[in-house]
Amino acid sequence: MNAVTNTTAAKRRVLPGFGLTMGCSVLYLSLVVLLPLSALLFNSTGLSWAKFWDVATDARVLASYRVSLSTAAAAAFVDAILGLLLAWVLVRYEFPGKRIFDALIDLPFALPTAVAGVSLTALYAPNGWIGSWLEPLGLKVAFTPLGITLALMFIGIPFVVRTVQPVLEDLDRDAEEASATLGAGRLRTFRKVILPELIPPLLTGFALALARGIGEFGSVVFISGNMPMRTEIAPLLIMSKLEQYDYAGATAVALLLLLISFLLLLVINTLQRWARKTSR
Amino acid sequence: MAGTVPLYVPRPQKNVSSPAATESAAVKWILITAAGLVLFWLIALPLIVVLTEALKKGWDVYLAALTDPDARSALRLTLLVAVITVPLNTLFGVSAAWAVTKFRFRGKGFLITLIDLPFAVSPVIGGLIFVLVFGAHGWFGPWLSAHDIKIVFALPGIILATLFVTFPFVARELIPLMEDQGTQEEEAAITLGARGWQVFFRVTLPNIKWGLLYGIILCNARAMGEFGAVSVVSGHIRGETNTLPLHVEILYNEYQFSASFAVASLLLLLALVTMIMKSWLSRKNVH
Repeated sequence: MNAVTNTTAAKRRVLPGFGLTMGCSVLYLSLVVLLPLSALLFNSTGLSWAKFWDVATDARVLASYRVSLSTAAAAAFVDAILGLLLAWVLVRYEFPGKRIFDALIDLPFALPTAVAGVSLTALYAPNGWIGSWLEPLGLKVAFTPLGITLALMFIGIPFVVRTVQPVLEDLDRDAEEASATLGAGRLRTFRKVILPELIPPLLTGFALALARGIGEFGSVVFISGNMPMRTEIAPLLIMSKLEQYDYAGATAVALLLLLISFLLLLVINTLQRWARKTSR
Repeated sequence: MAGTVPLYVPRPQKNVSSPAATESAAVKWILITAAGLVLFWLIALPLIVVLTEALKKGWDVYLAALTDPDARSALRLTLLVAVITVPLNTLFGVSAAWAVTKFRFRGKGFLITLIDLPFAVSPVIGGLIFVLVFGAHGWFGPWLSAHDIKIVFALPGIILATLFVTFPFVARELIPLMEDQGTQEEEAAITLGARGWQVFFRVTLPNIKWGLLYGIILCNARAMGEFGAVSVVSGHIRGETNTLPLHVEILYNEYQFSASFAVASLLLLLALVTMIMKSWLSRKNVH
């Protein structure tokens, strides 16, 4: 017993550089992230509780949260379904062009959001490639919540695919064979054997896409039309309050948005721990 | 880990003996076709639109948009910001990953959460906080203006906002990788008499080089492409504080669509190079 504690204590000291790397990391973290973020909490703009409450319950602010949350949730939900399909095809089948298929999944992650924004707007504007087809059908996409949802679907799809993919790969195929041997059809095996295993990564992917969608700015501002009460997202409202030099108002909206993001981060961490536990 | 996708290494699938545990060929091809259509509609189409819109009015307009003085100064600024921010965040990433993975200490999980923080924060907030600290009405605003130092609406602000947004990329990529590799090889090197830096350069670095490179590439793509955070602190001064993504926006809002998409195509190129490097790196990792 004594020998064990000795070796673990020694282990800690064998490698050099703890003080240096820890010190540098914490200093840099404080300067670049923590101190600036604390400006929101201990704000310099003289934001009082009364003012905070006024801004936070303002109809236009509430509407922007509603738009942000509902479009991000809708986009993450559709992404979860489409992402499952993409991940399934990538893991289970061989087909020509698979490598390009796989590489394309990462495009939304690597593409600057402003480029995605102008490109999607060009597609779905009333005179755009897809927009001009939908217009006669009475379906408006650009400058409506539907357009915001589409932009967020583009941004969020890699999160779902890349969280589901590794779990699907590690899945024990013997269980599927056993299920087939016991007389279950393929669809039933999928529903009863495979899908339950995929629920944790699907939920994680959903939450990741949702978190990204709520804060997303670049890909949305072009396609949303930015109409107050209807298609104005919360990050944009922060921006326009800043442009009007309403620093206290911008801080208040940002604080609420930050709170939502932190809650989601907490949920994601819990989901990932759960996913790790169930996969063992 | 909200905000990043780890370097994904495909693993070979076991051959399944029983046909009962696979789908029929028809179902298989229906699913592949459906997935292909989704991928084309959702991801490939926006990519094609950028290229066609950029070349819609011919090569002359395209080249004119790229050689325009404002576009060139935007490109210079974007490169400058990346050249400053990426090395800083790389150094931090390596140092943080070393501290977190090679030692045991209390509060490790908390530290990792703090490193992840910028991923969870909206980029607009990433810009706002620097306005609150350094802006005219911010904490250091009066002092800065008294000493005639400009941070917000100038290069330092853009660099700070970009640092914040791209902060976790390298660390996030290295931490799981170095966690897996453990500390045995480094300990052996120390026992054999190697010095700290020797251990890092001869033992650790060769083990993590591909993951490190991937983190740097992602960090760079985001640093060059960041829009929201930079938009808040830039002030949009043409020829001065305009980065490439902001230039795309300005041209677009002025209805110069072809020029806007021409500049956007440069950024698309950056994304494509990033993607290709990633797929090359993930194959490297398999071997």
